[in-house]
This record gives sequence, structure tokens and C-alpha cells, in this order.
Amino acid sequence: MTINELIESKLKENFKDVGFTFTTYLDELTVSFNKKNIVEVCSFLKTNPELEFLLSEDITAIDNATRKNRFTVVYHIFSLKNKFRLRLKCDVDESDCNIDTVSSVWKTADWQEREAYDMYGIKFNNHSDLRRMYMPEDFEYHPLRKDFPLLGIPGSLSLPKK
Amino acid sequence: MDKFLKDDVHPKIIEALLKIDTGVKLDDALDNEMILNMGPQHPATHGVLRLVLRLDGETVMACVPELGYLHRGYEKMAENMSYYEFIPHTDRLDYLAPLSNNVAWVLAVEKLAGIEAPPRAQYIRMMVCEMSRIASHLVAIGALALDVGALTVFLWTLREREKILDIWDILCGARFTNSYTRIGGVANDAQPEVLQKVKVFIEEYEENLRECEKLLNTNRIFIERLEGVGIISAADAIDVGLTGPSLRGSGVDFDLRRTKPYMFYNDMDFNIVTFSDGDSLARYFVRADETRESVKIVRQILDKMPKGETMLNQPKKVLPKKTEIYSRMEELIHDFMIVNFGINPPVGEVYHAIENPKGELGFYLVSKGEGHPWKCKIRSPSMINLQSLPQLVKGHMVSDVVAIIGSIDPVMGEADK
Repeated sequence: MTINELIESKLKENFKDVGFTFTTYLDELTVSFNKKNIVEVCSFLKTNPELEFLLSEDITAIDNATRKNRFTVVYHIFSLKNKFRLRLKCDVDESDCNIDTVSSVWKTADWQEREAYDMYGIKFNNHSDLRRMYMPEDFEYHPLRKDFPLLGIPGSLSLPKK
Repeated sequence: MDKFLKDDVHPKIIEALLKIDTGVKLDDALDNEMILNMGPQHPATHGVLRLVLRLDGETVMACVPELGYLHRGYEKMAENMSYYEFIPHTDRLDYLAPLSNNVAWVLAVEKLAGIEAPPRAQYIRMMVCEMSRIASHLVAIGALALDVGALTVFLWTLREREKILDIWDILCGARFTNSYTRIGGVANDAQPEVLQKVKVFIEEYEENLRECEKLLNTNRIFIERLEGVGIISAADAIDVGLTGPSLRGSGVDFDLRRTKPYMFYNDMDFNIVTFSDGDSLARYFVRADETRESVKIVRQILDKMPKGETMLNQPKKVLPKKTEIYSRMEELIHDFMIVNFGINPPVGEVYHAIENPKGELGFYLVSKGEGHPWKCKIRSPSMINLQSLPQLVKGHMVSDVVAIIGSIDPVMGEADK
């Protein structure tokens, strides 16, 4: 059984109610599912002795701009045991722009989620310290959203008081 | 005048004196917790990192690292320019090893576009990656020594690094921001002069490194300021996302050159250096030994490097040579199309990471079939490695913070993208 099939069967077996979509592109496996299951799926992938996805490499989001589910939160996780990288994807709608944090699963998710929050404005529920990563705390915009202009918005970043 | 001692003054007078409300707190300042800002101007914060420390006396109780003084919006810019145009910007990420950033970017784009550079180009890329690793680690070692008070080693390691920069000068005409790779190959072939200079460098390098190590490895101040300082266990290091030498210093055998091999690393004989102590000294040892492994790899590359083209023959995806653009119509058209409209990879997404000197540098690219990426995410090792700082500095002295920052070797251009 290949590692792709192992992941597929393990996930289907342990989460019968969750509708997973498995896609492989350029040998990279992507699993898409509903955002409400994110924490349990991530915990399972990390703790299952056959999988052991111990390293969260990266968490980011995609702004799909015109689509109904405007954002997709993307997780890249790595299994040192199997030498395998897996991509997880959960859609987030703009009207309900939040997803549960996985910082309880991987500590490194703390900063990665803060960065995604800063850049896209997606709130990570139950995050212990959801501050902006790069931009000032009172900055109203989220720069990586597609509707934020490349040259910025004049006056949006005030100079420090003298 | 002699100083009054406590016994010289009547206890009642002292009691009365202390009862007076002066509005000044008489407690010893060092007995209280205080908040200290380190950086962004502090030299130990290597650029623009700001640390807010909560201190009890000189002991660090808590630390909050803050990024955000250099934000250049590289991901936003990448989404608004063609894949070719972004190559020079990758130089400015980890500016101590610009060439390996170039390689990481083009490998990701090539994977997305479904092309592969010719073997000679891949060998040259491997060579520049390993030489960049040496150049970057030399700064890391020298700066760490400087942080704990040893200036000579810094000068000596920079002297060695200069030799590498001189080689880059001949190879691609630039010492610092090289922009040497191209999609489908490298800008120009490695001239015999370059290969000769690389050979001379690696022959001399180990002896020169040993010279630096003589100053450090038996230096009591250097050892005692790093040993047992900033310890992180293997499990914690993985949990907090450490990669590169900082992770291998905790004994984790994770190196993308072996774990997820790219280019021709599978054909190379080298060891992954790990040390199990997980302290600042172990991280220094990993870096020093890693440069030796890089020398080993470069030696093999020079022996095995095949002859042939250094650019792929794929006119729709790869820029034609300048001489051909000036003399042939087809090439002129291709050049115009690629520069103006991009290489248009198919719809899809890719995450490609390489083992950079600082750790795992990954590019996540989403293509919608246009000339520029719809989404570009840079997984920069320095940023993620910095997240371990609160854990590393807790319980140590303020002066140890300086050594710990040096031991994880952050580059703020990359941390702050």
C-alpha cells in the first residue's frame, strides 16, 4: 500500500462523517474537507503511529476573489517517519471568516496562523494570541487580499506621533 | 568623606527616614520585574528584530519577539509580476545566501511549469547552493563569536567568505545580489576559471576553518557562554517548527537534501550532521561540520559535472540567448512574449522546498494559467525559527539572549519578507 492510499484509507476509516476530497497533482497529495473538522483531523494525522505528521511546515490562505467560498486555508504538513508531505485544504467563506486554530496540535501554527490572519483577515478561533504578525495592530486592511491594491492605500498607514 | 554605615546612625533615625513618603520607591530595582526592549536598534538583534523581555533582575522571565519593521510585501509583489521578474527579488530574502534562494524559486517554478533544467545546469546549481551554504555559515559562525565577544574569528570567517564572493563576481558578474539562475537553467555556463577557483577554495578551506576553530573550540569563554544555553529538545524543536542546523543541533536527522532529494543530491556522498545536546554550542558545531560536508559535496560535483547545455531548449518557457535575440526573428518574438506575458504554467499548485543554510525554504505557488502566480507563499526558515526564541531564552540572563539569537542565525530579510 502506498502512503497516499494509507492516508486515504486511514482518514476514511476514522472520519466516516467527513466528506474528504483527495487530489494528486505533480505527485503532491491534497486533502480537502470541511473546516469544522480541522482540529480533529490534524490531531489524528499527528498522533496516528503510522502517519506521524509531526512537522507543520506552513499555514497560509488563498484568496479566490470571486468564488463563493472566498478563502481557502492551506496547511503543509510533513511526516518525518514516512518522508511525506501532505497538503490540507479547508474553504472559508467571507461572511463566516473563521476557522479553528491548530496551535494546540502544532506549536508552530501559532505564528503561521497569525501571519495568515494578518494577511487575509481570517480569524483562528481559540487562538491564544491572535495579534497581527507584520502590520500595526490598528491597520484596518489585510494586504494579501486581492482587493488590496499593490501600491497600498494612501494614508492607511499613519506615521508615528511626534 | 567617609560613607555612613548602618551602624553609625541610630536605628530610630533610619526608621523615621524610611517612613517619610518621598514618592520614590526605595526597593532594589533588581529585585523587581521589569520590561526591557531589545532592538530594533540593538546590534545583537541582527537587523530589525525587536524583543520585549520581562526581566527579574537579569534573568529573562518571558520574551515576546516582534517582527514588522521591514515588511516589503514580497508575496504581494510576486503575485503581480511574472515568474522571471521575481528571480532578483529572491536574492533579497536570505541575502547571505542569495544563490540558494534563486535555486529554490526556479525549482518551484520549473516543477509547476513541467520542465527540467539540463544536468550541467543542475550540477552548477548544486555547486552554488553548497558554496552559498559555506558562505552563509561562515557569517553565522563569525557573528556568533562576535556576539559573545570574539572579534578575530569574525574577521577571519569574513575573509573566507570574501573569496566566495570573488568567485560569484566572475561567475555571474555580481558579488552580492547574484540573480544567477534562470527558469530552465542558469544565466551562463560556469567558466573554467570559476571551477578552478572553486577547486582552490575547497582545497584550502578546511585548513582555514581549522584555524578559526582553534580560536573557538578551546576558548573557555566561548564554550561556557554557549554550553547549556538555549537548550531545546528534539520533540520541542519539531513542534515549534525549527528546521536546518537549529533543528539538527537537537539531534533530529532532518535534511531535505536527503529526506526529499532534489537535483542530484541522491548521487552525492555526504553525511547529515547532527548533535544531540540541543544547546547553542551544538548549533555552532552543526554549522561548522556542515561546511565540511559541503566541501565534500562540491568536490564530488567538480569531479562529476557533465558537459553540455546549461539552458533548456524550450522556447515557450525559457528565455532565448541574447545573441540570438539580436539576430533571429523567432527568438525575438519568444523573448518578447516571455518577458511581457510570462511563461503561463498550467492551472495547478505546487509546494517545493529546498534545504537552505537557515533551514527549509519553500515556495507554495498556485497557478491559474496566467503569466504571474495567483498565489505565492514563501515559507521562510528564519521567521519560523525565530518563533523558538521565547522558549530558548526563558530562564537565561540578558547577555545570553544575544548568544541565543546568534545561535539560531536569523536573517531578517527573510523573516520579514
